[in-house]
Amino acid sequence: MTVDLELDCLGMLCPRPVIELGKRYAEVPVGGTIAVLADDVAARTDIPAWCRMRGQEFVGEDGEHRYVVRRLS
Amino acid sequence: MRKAAAYPSGYLDSASAEPLHPAARETLLAAYDRGYADPRRLHGPGRDARLLLDNARAVVAECLGVRADEVTFTSSGTEAVHRGLLGLRRPGTPVTLSAVEHSSVAHAAAWAGEPVEVAVDRRGRVDPAISAPEGVVAVQSANHEVGTLQPLAALDLGVPLFVDACASMGRIPLPDRWDAVAGSAHKWGGPPGVGVLVVRKGVRWVNPFPGDDRVDERASGFENVPAALAAAAALRAVVAERDEVNARQHALVDRIRAAAAAVPDVEVVGDPVDRLPHLVTFSCLYVDGEALVTELDRRGYGVASGSACTASTLTPSRVLEAMGVLTHGNVRVSLTRDTTAEEVDGFLAALPEVVRDLRAQVGL
Repeated sequence: MTVDLELDCLGMLCPRPVIELGKRYAEVPVGGTIAVLADDVAARTDIPAWCRMRGQEFVGEDGEHRYVVRRLS
Repeated sequence: MRKAAAYPSGYLDSASAEPLHPAARETLLAAYDRGYADPRRLHGPGRDARLLLDNARAVVAECLGVRADEVTFTSSGTEAVHRGLLGLRRPGTPVTLSAVEHSSVAHAAAWAGEPVEVAVDRRGRVDPAISAPEGVVAVQSANHEVGTLQPLAALDLGVPLFVDACASMGRIPLPDRWDAVAGSAHKWGGPPGVGVLVVRKGVRWVNPFPGDDRVDERASGFENVPAALAAAAALRAVVAERDEVNARQHALVDRIRAAAAAVPDVEVVGDPVDRLPHLVTFSCLYVDGEALVTELDRRGYGVASGSACTASTLTPSRVLEAMGVLTHGNVRVSLTRDTTAEEVDGFLAALPEVVRDLRAQVGL
C-alpha cells in the first residue's frame, strides 16, 4: 500500500522504531499515512500501542515487518 | 521513617523475591541444628527431622486451607509448576494455557507437546469461557507481571485445572477451583529453594518424572527440612499479617498508579481493582527499559522490567505482548511487606525526572 511517508527502521532495536515514528509522524498532514519498516519483534506490539496512546490510527500490518499508521491529529 | 529491615531502602522488587521474613530467619537457624538428618531414618535425629517436616507440611496446609497430605515441598516454584501441571496431564493430550502464564508454565506446556494458548483482554484477564475437550488447562491465580486476578471461580471445565499461584500464595487465599496448585516460598518471604505443590485429594496425578523413595511420593531428592520449616513459618506470619499489609500496599499501589499515569505518555497496565495488593506495572513511551531500570537503580530504586532489552531472551514480555500494551520502557514495581510511604514518594519524585531525561537524550 502506498503511504505518504516511509520510515526504514530495519535493524533498529526497540524502542528506536517507535521513537522514529514519534519524531516524524507530524511530517504528514492529518489523514496522511506512515509506514514503519521494523524487524524488531517488539514493533508488532508497540506500534499499535503507540497509536492507541497517542490517539492515532493503526491501519495494519502490510506484509512482513511493515506497519501502517494514519495520522488523526 | 527509618526502616528496621536488614535490606536496603528502595528495593521495590518483591514480586521477584520478597526479603526473608524475620519469622523465617529465626526458624531457619534453629532448624539447621535440629533438622539436618534424613527424615526417613528411624534414629532420634531422623525422627526429629521427620517431625519438623511433618510440622512444616501441617502449617502450610492450615495456612492454605488444604489437607496436609495434599501438600508437597519441592526444590522451587518452577519444579512445583512442572510436577503439578504435567502430573495432571494424560500422555498424548495437550495443555491449554492462558497467554499470560509464567514462563515455567509455558515451558512445561511446550515440553509436553503442542500447547493451545488462550488469549486475554487488555487487562490481562483470561476469558472465563476458556475450555478444552481433553488434556489439562493451566490458568494462574494472579498475573506475576501486572497483578490482574484471574476469574477462576467462573471457569467451567470438564478437564483438570492447574493453577500457578506463585505470585499470590500467602498474600491472598487460594481460589476454590483447582486440581493442583503451585507456590514459591521466596515470593512470600520464605527462603529460596522451596516450592509448594498441592494436589487435591482424589485427583488423578501421575509422577511425570522418575520416582524416588522419599517421605512424600510426589517429591524427589533429599528433603530440605530447615528451608521447608522456615517457609512454613514465613507463610504463617504473612497470612496472619495480610489484612493489615494488603490494605497498606493496596493504597500505596493506588498512589503509584495515579502518579505514574500523570507522567505524560505513560500507560499503567493491569486491572486497577481486581489485582494483587503489592504490584503495579507501567510502560513509558520512547524510553529504553534497560536505561530506565539502570537509572532508577542509580537513584536507589530496584525495580523489574518486562522490556525486551532487559530480558535474557531479548524478547519482550509475553504478558505485555498478549495484553497488547506497550512493551518498551516497562517498569514493574512491587512492594515488600515494609515498604514505606516515604520510599514510594521518593520513587515517585524520581520517576518523572528519569523519564524526562531519557526522552531528552533521544530528542523527545
